[in-house]
Amino acid sequence: MEKPVVYDNGLNLEATELRLGLPGTNEPEKQSSTSVRSKKRASPEMAEETRSKSSSCISDADDDAPPPKAQVVGWPPVRSYRKNSFQQRKGEAEGAGMYVKVSMDGAPYLRKIDLKVYKSYPELLNALENMFKFRIGEYSEREGYNGSDYTPAYEDKDGDWMLVGDVPWEMFISSCKRLRIMKGSE
Amino acid sequence: MDSKRKKDSPESNELTRSSPFPDEVLERVLGLVKSHKDRSSVSLVCKDWYNAERWSRTHVFIGNCYSVSPEIVARRFPNIRSVTLKGKPRFSDFNLVPLNWGADIHAWLVVFASKYPLLEELRLKRMTVTDESLEFLATTFTNFKALSLLSCDGFSTDGLAAIATHCKNMTELDIQENGIDDLGGGWLSCFPENFTSLEVLNFANLSSDVSFDALEKLVSRCRSLKFLKVNKNITLEQLQRLLECAPQLTELGTGSFHQELTTRQYAELESAFNNCKNLNTLSGLWEATPLYLPVLYPACMNLTFLNLSDAALQSGELAKLLARCPNLQRLWVLDTVEDKGLEAVGLSCPLLEELRVFPADPYEQDVVHGVTEMGFVAVSYGCPRLHYVLYFCRQMTNAAVATIVKNCPDFTHFRLCVMNPGEPDYLTDEPMDEAFGAVVKNCTKLQRLAVSGLLTDLTFEYIGKYAKNLETLSVAFAGSSDWGMQCVLSGCSKLRKLEIRDCPFGNEALLSGLEKYESMRSLWMSACNVTMNACRRLAKQMPRLNVEVMKDEESDDSQADKVYVYRSVAGPRRDAPPFVLTL
Repeated sequence: MEKPVVYDNGLNLEATELRLGLPGTNEPEKQSSTSVRSKKRASPEMAEETRSKSSSCISDADDDAPPPKAQVVGWPPVRSYRKNSFQQRKGEAEGAGMYVKVSMDGAPYLRKIDLKVYKSYPELLNALENMFKFRIGEYSEREGYNGSDYTPAYEDKDGDWMLVGDVPWEMFISSCKRLRIMKGSE
Repeated sequence: MDSKRKKDSPESNELTRSSPFPDEVLERVLGLVKSHKDRSSVSLVCKDWYNAERWSRTHVFIGNCYSVSPEIVARRFPNIRSVTLKGKPRFSDFNLVPLNWGADIHAWLVVFASKYPLLEELRLKRMTVTDESLEFLATTFTNFKALSLLSCDGFSTDGLAAIATHCKNMTELDIQENGIDDLGGGWLSCFPENFTSLEVLNFANLSSDVSFDALEKLVSRCRSLKFLKVNKNITLEQLQRLLECAPQLTELGTGSFHQELTTRQYAELESAFNNCKNLNTLSGLWEATPLYLPVLYPACMNLTFLNLSDAALQSGELAKLLARCPNLQRLWVLDTVEDKGLEAVGLSCPLLEELRVFPADPYEQDVVHGVTEMGFVAVSYGCPRLHYVLYFCRQMTNAAVATIVKNCPDFTHFRLCVMNPGEPDYLTDEPMDEAFGAVVKNCTKLQRLAVSGLLTDLTFEYIGKYAKNLETLSVAFAGSSDWGMQCVLSGCSKLRKLEIRDCPFGNEALLSGLEKYESMRSLWMSACNVTMNACRRLAKQMPRLNVEVMKDEESDDSQADKVYVYRSVAGPRRDAPPFVLTL
């Protein structure tokens, strides 16, 4: 059977590419439809928001306020044992040393951040930039960070100092022991 | 040893006998019929066949424990050795059914104790099982061999200890995915030292430590052990020792796949997997990292089922692993593998028949990760034999589904969960009606369907019109009016289970199925627009249906928030808790 490669640019390689631009740039278009669209009576969890709207039980959800952030009971339909193991997985993947020390060359004292809070390099770097009031350059595999005096580095499990951004995020957070913002060319 | 029946003279009168065979021969022949559906058909042929069938049946399957009573079962089938029972409605898996709803096994055990003292096997799904019941089971049935508990609740590891202590002939102990009170791993040490009959042991979902010493000794002396699934606390080093004891395993669930191993330990582990020539199923693999996955490679050639749903693998790791698994028929993964990982599935596993993709982060709304329609499409190109899919994703298109079912027309189970309720086709912004229309039009063998996304009544028109083999339908946050549900009820002649939540289906829809429900196992409707009065009407007109309602606290008196309707020959439940209203 023929296998036409129909899904050319739909592979969306960009989504899996490691990039460190400012957050929010070049994100794939997101669907702004987190609200419950269909016309139905809301489940009890969302009943509070729609109760005032209708005497009949059907409310046109298009009129509704922005999406409820509260979760709907039992949705998505994932079995509880799977949820439990997922919670544990999250906890363990970020095992030892989620709070890591961050030093910045020239700063009088160190800071500590919780790596668990971030889900990607852009988020982390953004937080560091805000914490220490500086700007990091553009990351590229070939040249590291270009365009600023600052370079983020981390100490891994083996005690080596590594450039932040080379390895996949999950691997980074499981091996990062401390962070250091290096200044100037060393 | 079987109870012998007496010849009832009127029945065996030559004039009324319709079968040319003596009863014993007929029973012998029918004894070879295994499938319970076939047996059901056999029993309807004529009275002789009904009787021969009931005397020769050794295994009974009861899909809804409240559809019949243990006394009725025992009266009809005198020689049962193996029972499979299912209890709570499936949506109880997702916390839609309060605790203490029922489905308690104990009343059944009491009857079995007197009617089936030689009972050997008990397989329970979504039942409540107490430690007391387990102890009763272990001490009463001296021939007891196999216990399988799936998605059950109410017991603790103390109950397991009772089983291990008293059941001298256990061949199977399979404890899966239960709401169990894990008080410690001491239960495993309760198997006596001269106990050697175990063939199946699954304690993967228990969280506390068992004594490794006891486990190793148990595995060593049970030479017939075929399935072994350990829990997360078993380390790689311990796993290697277990594999050394049991290279004959055909199904293995590893423990944690993450440990600092020396080079020598790594080599030993790889060698242990190399010696497992018969392994066809692999699961567990918690916290698997790319570093240790290669030890599995020697065992991959013969794998037919790989369950990676506890290992958050990335696409690259998965690709490397799958490249070595050309004979894979069933694959379960987490969506951390993303579309790229699924492309690898399409490339490496041409024999794949079943794929399940679970969400690693089901409650995260802003995450850009996971799989999309592209991954599913990629698999469909590479795996034409695909017939069972469970797919959790955050975006889907009508066009993608149409392509998928064109590539794979043999779907028997199509369960698509677009995780955001009411999500439209993300490219066209249209409802996903055409997607499911394509599924039911193309996949004539479809038995089970779960729909999601933004759906109008059109989806249900399609289902009613085309899904003639559909037996199970799950609907959530979908549909526009009663008409949708009416289409399904009138069109799907083989429908047995219908479960609906958060849909605008109301009384007219509910009552349109009046005649239909007796041919179905059950109907569940929650957070729909059904009133108490309509339920009462249904109950009144159909006395052989049990109509049960559970009300939510905040709702008004007229609403029937959760409705569970099922056929029963046992009449209304006598053990219903106060929050279950039987109408």
